[in-house]
Amino acid sequence: MNLDHATVRHIARLARLALPDGELDAVSADLTQVLHLFDELQTANVEGLNPLAHPLDVTVTLRDDAVTETDRSETLLALAPESQGGYYLVPKVIE
Amino acid sequence: MSAPFASIDALAADLAARRVSARDLAERALANARRHAHLNAFIGVDPERALAAAERAGNARGPLAGIPFAHKDIFCTKGQRTTCASHVLENFIAPYDAHVAERLDAAGAVSIGKTNMDEFAMGSSNENSAFGAVKNPWDEARVPGGSSGGSAAAVAAGIVPFATGTDTGGSIRQPAAFCGVTGLKPTYGRVSRYGMIAYASSLDCGGVLARSAADCAHVFAAIAGHDPRDATSAARAVDDVAASLDAPLAGLRIGVAREYFGAGVDDGVAACVREALAELEKLGATLVDVSLPNAHHAIAAYYVIAPAEASSNLARYDGVRYGHRAAQPKSLDDLYSRSRAESFGAEVKRRILVGTYVLSAGYYDAYYLRAQKVRRLIAGDFAQAFGDVDLIAGPTAPTTAFRLGEKSNDAIAMYAADVNTVAVNLAGLPAISTPAGFVGGLPVGLQLVAPAFAEARLLNVSHRLQQVTDWHARRPEGYA
Amino acid sequence: MSRAWEAVIGLEIHAQLSTASKLFSGAPTAYGAEPNTQASAVDVALPGTLPVPNRAAIAKAIRFGLAIDGQIASTSVFARKNYFYPDLPKGYQISQYELPIVGRGTLAVRVDDGRTIAVAIERAHLEEDAGKSVHDAFHAETGIDLNRAGVPLLEIVSAPVMHSAAEAVAYMRTVHTLVRWLGICDGNMQEGSFRCDCNVSVRPAGTTTLGTRTEIKNVNSFRFVEKAIEYEIERQIRAIENGETIVQETRLYDPTRHQTRTMRTKESADDYRYFPDPDLPPLVVTSADIERERASMPELPGARRARYVAALALPEADADQLCADKATADYFEAVLSALPGEAKLAANWVLGELAAALNEAQTPIEAARVDAAALATLLARLREGVISGKIAKEVFAAMWNGEGGADAIIEARGLRQISDTGALAAVIDEVLREFPQQRDACRGGQEKLFPFFVGQVMKRTRGQANPQQLNALLREKIGLETA
Repeated sequence: MNLDHATVRHIARLARLALPDGELDAVSADLTQVLHLFDELQTANVEGLNPLAHPLDVTVTLRDDAVTETDRSETLLALAPESQGGYYLVPKVIE
Repeated sequence: MSAPFASIDALAADLAARRVSARDLAERALANARRHAHLNAFIGVDPERALAAAERAGNARGPLAGIPFAHKDIFCTKGQRTTCASHVLENFIAPYDAHVAERLDAAGAVSIGKTNMDEFAMGSSNENSAFGAVKNPWDEARVPGGSSGGSAAAVAAGIVPFATGTDTGGSIRQPAAFCGVTGLKPTYGRVSRYGMIAYASSLDCGGVLARSAADCAHVFAAIAGHDPRDATSAARAVDDVAASLDAPLAGLRIGVAREYFGAGVDDGVAACVREALAELEKLGATLVDVSLPNAHHAIAAYYVIAPAEASSNLARYDGVRYGHRAAQPKSLDDLYSRSRAESFGAEVKRRILVGTYVLSAGYYDAYYLRAQKVRRLIAGDFAQAFGDVDLIAGPTAPTTAFRLGEKSNDAIAMYAADVNTVAVNLAGLPAISTPAGFVGGLPVGLQLVAPAFAEARLLNVSHRLQQVTDWHARRPEGYA
Repeated sequence: MSRAWEAVIGLEIHAQLSTASKLFSGAPTAYGAEPNTQASAVDVALPGTLPVPNRAAIAKAIRFGLAIDGQIASTSVFARKNYFYPDLPKGYQISQYELPIVGRGTLAVRVDDGRTIAVAIERAHLEEDAGKSVHDAFHAETGIDLNRAGVPLLEIVSAPVMHSAAEAVAYMRTVHTLVRWLGICDGNMQEGSFRCDCNVSVRPAGTTTLGTRTEIKNVNSFRFVEKAIEYEIERQIRAIENGETIVQETRLYDPTRHQTRTMRTKESADDYRYFPDPDLPPLVVTSADIERERASMPELPGARRARYVAALALPEADADQLCADKATADYFEAVLSALPGEAKLAANWVLGELAAALNEAQTPIEAARVDAAALATLLARLREGVISGKIAKEVFAAMWNGEGGADAIIEARGLRQISDTGALAAVIDEVLREFPQQRDACRGGQEKLFPFFVGQVMKRTRGQANPQQLNALLREKIGLETA
């Protein structure tokens, strides 16, 4: 059974990927096929196992509390498609 | 002027004897790139920058001083376009250098440009590039493998002596196998990910593709080591891989993984790999039959975990601070949704959607969490096997290079091609793909997997094999 | 509130940890910089950048954990909370979800009505702050300033165990005092260093099932928290009594109208897809890390308050006020150490004359123009009888104005009490000679004339006569019985 359109729309919305209605069928079929690939995970015996989120069970390394960055706003803002007065700009947001 | 290169040691000797200059080598690499431009191995070649670097290299010492190379376009290089083969970063000029770029720069190596790749390193054929597919120099109708396809093709074609790559599920080893070069994927955390654009952070690993294990060893020595800017960077000292290159193989136990020769593995490929293993046996190694009983879960676990991480890693491409921004957005959501939809390719979108799905409420436990548990099973398989053997061997890829377009419309078939490589990333282990013969004129790769931080052993075994075989030294017709 | 209903309140307090650099980058955290000048490549989420946690932020979280007797996790995990918003550059916030650094603890809170309640704290976790959206500076756009992005926060989550706005505010004040006391947060609410989300629900009195809660976001003053919770409780009761259902939602407090209103949601359906941050392996805190922090922990405000009442016999109100912040309590103790046994006198002056002067000058106690040692000297002179209480206030004012130490001012202004019997006797004799009739009348039984003589002597000694001595000597000279 294919993923229903509502689920596909919801996922596309969470991922902020514009998805025209005309593509829903194709995307749904495509994702369903990939998800099928995962069915076999249910056959693995994982009882009592802790999930492994990082290979080699490494632990995090820390840094000292020191200011090491200088103001690079000019360089960084220059990368922005739209900025003004030192701010990045987005379409008006209403809270 | 265009001509392929000798080994790094030979080039270094020529430079030291002043038979050739760093500038000569850079110019030769640039000429090679122009001559083989039809391969589409490069996203950007930068002669001016390369020649300036060659001038500076005159002051550097060490085996890589003055040696030309190319960077996979996933490594940020300051002041240079860094695209990750995506439209979203088509005009992105990185304001800083990746750790790997800094290290190679400090070693005096001379970058001539950035190689093509699958967009955001998502792919096994290099057909998912916003800048077009790359051709395999051994058969231009075939793919070079991916995602480091441009790097593999550039080395195979002799354009540069070596190129950087990254490996998340086989992206160094599989193209190395398809293009007949040597590709080293180090232990997770051995090479800093700082400045390496993320695909799946718990799997991504920087490494190298070169003509030989000896050449890989020089590059590995330059790029490996602790970097405080990456919280997953390993603090332990780096082994002297050059010192152990020639060590004898007597007593070495190589586990031949039964599952790596399973259904889907081409008979010719399997035969080549067995022949290469027989050579190692002659060198004193003992072949032992081993089993990795959960190997068949690796594809599913990988294609849950990698897209999950990718869906989050790629959320930053929203058209606000850099990168592609949709024209005249009607609202914030419109800005986000269109900027992203317009600039990501099909495979990237597919993985973002899959990754979003497996992390979403109601599916997290069944997919993501379960895949992480399976990941522990897979890591356990390796740990178990390494109780008995020093290395695990098998074919890098189940087949030789496939035809351009052959699998590009079949994601599942494409994913299946990663069957022997992804488990290594899930476990964070080092592995190498070393040339192991030819089937129908196309190269075959032998994959060797080692316990964590045993890169020296991989390079040693690959090097010894390369001393008694010439598969790695052969060149595709027209590229001699 | 109607007696038929019980409110249930839990607070999520965001305390900005006072570090020099951000939680995951080396960018500065100073307040008030020009937009985006403190946003590094990591903070704007450039491709290829990586987070590296700040050791000091972790130490400060441990200190908080110790202070609430909380469980400090030997392994905690940074997780990604995924949502799109322009003030969130990576498209996710790095926070802690399933395994926070500080687990369950508890805090004793004194409510205004005199009760002490134990507030359970469910957890305290590390997370990065978001940037700031500026809505009014541009025509059709919103401006984004990422200076705040990545600033370290400790989110302190209480259990839903408070039942009135007064209890909630008392808890919030206690936490505010504590984090400043520990030196882990500057507590500056105007600058957003200490802010609060309030979870409010109501249920029929006597029942135990929780009602549907609403969350009031980002309230940044004690008064607003009180008003917002009061309003929200009333609103919910009214709604339920009118047959409406409470919707689980996020609301904003409008301080001008003293109302809460529905906020537009950030994610259409909240699905944050939390998962362990693959850039950040588990954070391991060793017992050595914990012991190092424990060794440098100050005496906590609750313990110190109790000590002031029990060992120093201070009134509870004095102890409360002295322990409202560590600098005040430390100042008090410094005075006391130079003036042993005079706790009440020291408390009276720290909370009276000194507090008034600080308030008038709008100066924090750390920058007081009269330090503890100087105040102790002044109080010693008062106790020794060198000056009277009235004169002491005059001397204090002069000290505050920078005229020098207590002794120098007393000398320079000639304010020393006349305790020399001979000198005082001479003045008394002079007065009695001048007013012989009144002297005789007083001696004859008109004792109401006695204060007249006291006044005359004080006038001639410019108030410097030791009152007790004057009394005794005057009675003797007039011929009255010694009192």
